[in-house]
Amino acid sequence: MSHETPTVTDVEVFDLDCSGLLCPLPVYKAALALTSLAPGDRLRLTTTDPGAVEDIPAMTRQRGDLLISQEDGDGRHTFIIEKGTTT
Amino acid sequence: MTTQLAPDLSQTTEAPPRKKRIALVASKGTLDQAYPPLILASTAVSLGWEAGIYFTFYGLDILHVERFEKLKVASLANPAGPIQLPNLLGAIPGATAAATKVMRKWMDNARMPTVPEFIDMSQQLGVRFFACATTMGVMGVTEDDLIPGADIAGAAAFLDYAADADVSLFV
Repeated sequence: MSHETPTVTDVEVFDLDCSGLLCPLPVYKAALALTSLAPGDRLRLTTTDPGAVEDIPAMTRQRGDLLISQEDGDGRHTFIIEKGTTT
Repeated sequence: MTTQLAPDLSQTTEAPPRKKRIALVASKGTLDQAYPPLILASTAVSLGWEAGIYFTFYGLDILHVERFEKLKVASLANPAGPIQLPNLLGAIPGATAAATKVMRKWMDNARMPTVPEFIDMSQQLGVRFFACATTMGVMGVTEDDLIPGADIAGAAAFLDYAADADVSLFV
């Protein structure tokens, strides 16, 4: 089994726009999307739900995915999530 | 001569880690009270947890195929309801329908799924639905009245499930 860290070009980034949706939909849709990805693939999630500021980090902790980055501003929250190996 | 080899422990497959579990009781059959257990359960399975809801007494209407699309919001004795009415006016014909209409409009404007949609979303991700057998007997509800996939269960069966839960809530 290979444990090589994928290079940047190997990583696929998928987009999911949950603007205008409230809890639990951003978490629900992000989880559905992450389930369909391969470990190491990344999801760029955009939301406008203020609850997502805490919800998405909580989701990645609970699921075992990796929160790579979070940007908050102008009522918009963008998260880059890397799918974990156990989810 | 046979050489006895030590077992190769590196090949031992470990059991997957136990999933967290939430056990919920849904005891109320109004539109507003149908949402919290469904939101919590669908969120829990999104987090990778197991989730089960025990629908009992009026909460059983949430699983009732003829009633789950028609859940209402109380206009009487509900000071936090969507229309602010003195109790005396909350009792007049049409007040419950008006409160229900406002709540449905709120939900629709916020792009929240309907109760039947939440049921479907929850089932797709594996939320277990327990239908209280005693409630069915008391209220004359049959298995055919309930959405497919609901397990008819008594209190002992639900507690057996809830005994292994990390989070248990009564709604």
